[in-house]
Amino acid sequence: MFGISKINDIMLLVAFAAIILAGPIILEPIGASYPDLLQKFAIFGIFAIGFNILFGLTGYLSFGHAAFLGVGSYAAVWSFKLLSMNAIPAIAIAVVLSGLFALAIGYVSLRRAGIYFSILTLAFAQMSYNLAYSVLTPITNGETGLRVLRTDPRYLDVMFGADVGAAQPTTNFFGIEMTGWPGFYFCGIVLIAAFAFSIVIFRSPFGMTLRAIKSNQNRMGYTGFNSRPYLMSAFIISGMYAGLAGSLLAVTDPLAGAERMQWTASGEVVLMTILGGAGTLLGPVLGAGIIKYFENIFSAFNESVLNSLFEFMPEDVRHVVVEVAGLFVGDGWHLTLGVLFMIVVIFLPGGLMEGAMRVLRIKHSPKVTNIGKSPQRDIVGEGAIEENLDDRVRTAPARSKPTG
Amino acid sequence: MNNAVLSIHDVHKSFAGLHALSNINLDIRESESHAIIGPNGAGKSTLLNVCVGRLAPTRGTVLFDGTELTGKHPFEINQLGVARVFQTPEIFEDLTVIENVMIPMFSRRDRSFGLNIHSRFDEQTEIQSESVQVLADLGLGDHLAHLTNSLSRGDKRRLELAMCLVQHPKLLLLDEPTAGMARADTNATIELLKRIKATGITIVIIEHDMHVVFSLADRITVLAGGTIIAQGTPDEIKGNPKVVEAYLGEETV
Repeated sequence: MFGISKINDIMLLVAFAAIILAGPIILEPIGASYPDLLQKFAIFGIFAIGFNILFGLTGYLSFGHAAFLGVGSYAAVWSFKLLSMNAIPAIAIAVVLSGLFALAIGYVSLRRAGIYFSILTLAFAQMSYNLAYSVLTPITNGETGLRVLRTDPRYLDVMFGADVGAAQPTTNFFGIEMTGWPGFYFCGIVLIAAFAFSIVIFRSPFGMTLRAIKSNQNRMGYTGFNSRPYLMSAFIISGMYAGLAGSLLAVTDPLAGAERMQWTASGEVVLMTILGGAGTLLGPVLGAGIIKYFENIFSAFNESVLNSLFEFMPEDVRHVVVEVAGLFVGDGWHLTLGVLFMIVVIFLPGGLMEGAMRVLRIKHSPKVTNIGKSPQRDIVGEGAIEENLDDRVRTAPARSKPTG
Repeated sequence: MNNAVLSIHDVHKSFAGLHALSNINLDIRESESHAIIGPNGAGKSTLLNVCVGRLAPTRGTVLFDGTELTGKHPFEINQLGVARVFQTPEIFEDLTVIENVMIPMFSRRDRSFGLNIHSRFDEQTEIQSESVQVLADLGLGDHLAHLTNSLSRGDKRRLELAMCLVQHPKLLLLDEPTAGMARADTNATIELLKRIKATGITIVIIEHDMHVVFSLADRITVLAGGTIIAQGTPDEIKGNPKVVEAYLGEETV
């Protein structure tokens, strides 16, 4: 009846977990298999999943989500400085603080909808960004960025008898250093948990209520719903996701700078979500992966790489091809991303997930006509809808038999 | 007077000097079907909007079951037991038919906000079976898993009605439920509304189609130019010369 089921969702989660944990092997052929990049995939995947809970379900387009990312990072680094180099207190504090920050911003911004909401969140984020450079310098350490020092107090570590101040401290998870591959697996497991929680929200009555708000807020009123607390919750949950992502950025590299809060960072998560497919479960993670891949791999392509790639061509042709292709790689990776984004928005407003569904020839996937108007169906769910319809077709003749 | 479910007392509404409603006094009795008729621009929809909290009256009071409605939000008024069907169906276009009906049932069950994430919406068997039953009853049983934007206009209207009915409202406000419908559909809707009426729900219906009005209404109120010009049983209204002049006259001449 709904095209979803608990079993399907569990299968989806297991498959997702398997792909993330096998990420280093799967991404080897496209040259993305190194821990720093994979950590970024996971972290921005979490950021986008959280953003999607707000934008994908309620349709409220926040243009200031990077502010929560920044708050999460600063909170985590302060936890490293004052409490412990362990990742757990840092993450906990970051999530709570960004949740409170989201409560304050949401309280004001959610008084308006549509473009006014977007502008309000953008204004708040830019304000936070500028304050981090000026008035809040004692907390943020301004342009230098907040970093962990050997001389920091770290009260919790001292209490448990750790050797503080002996060497440059590194972040850890109960003794496991959070750099390199352990760092990736830590972020990957958090990503899987974050994905699981987003499934829970999508499939809950709460998630359905959010979708109804997106669909027709007017009717919600005449149905006895006060939309505000629902929107507030979605906004706070999504802010906490961003804070979690921000704290993981600090866990893998204990340095927080204000540029993390800039509007371009807020815009990036919007791109990730729309590129992958707003309102779908997998889309945001996919979008985050693609954008981070372009940013890190495509931007590293240079002329010599291109030359070796097109070696099979005759000298003159190769020269022209390299010249043209050179525009799209290296510093020109934004051009590639821009073109890809335009193609997706024009031909697949439902994002790459819509494309995937079409490729898999799933007939009943409703056509998406507008960005953000996605039908909230994933591949697994769509398969189930088909099955149900088939069942009905099969049982229909039996039901319509004349009874006498 | 005592058994009035909805009493509208001395209501005025003006928009920038235009008097849309003036001096409206109206009691809707329990379990009656009350039709409000009148030419276009008579203030019928404005009156309905005042009742559900979409518009605040410039002056006057609206009491529902003894509770003052003026100044309340639409969601509070709905929670008191007032459900409304709109002239153009207000449904959740991006949701499936059954989801559309489950939302009002969640609203009925969870009166105040709760972060309801400990259960799955596809495992709410009680709510589902009631939804399926109501939808089957209204002839939408074949569309459960369809997105509502694939429904016909008539089906959308029936769906909106289903969304109101699952809330078990005390008062049902219908704004032109048969506008733009073919005759056969209109007759089906009349039969449906008769069945709803038989369950004892109080109904207020705005309607242009006199066939619908005279088949359903126990009492009729005629609005013209923002004031009540006549009130009474269908037979009284039929014979009232003022009504014929203001409203029925237009159509017969």
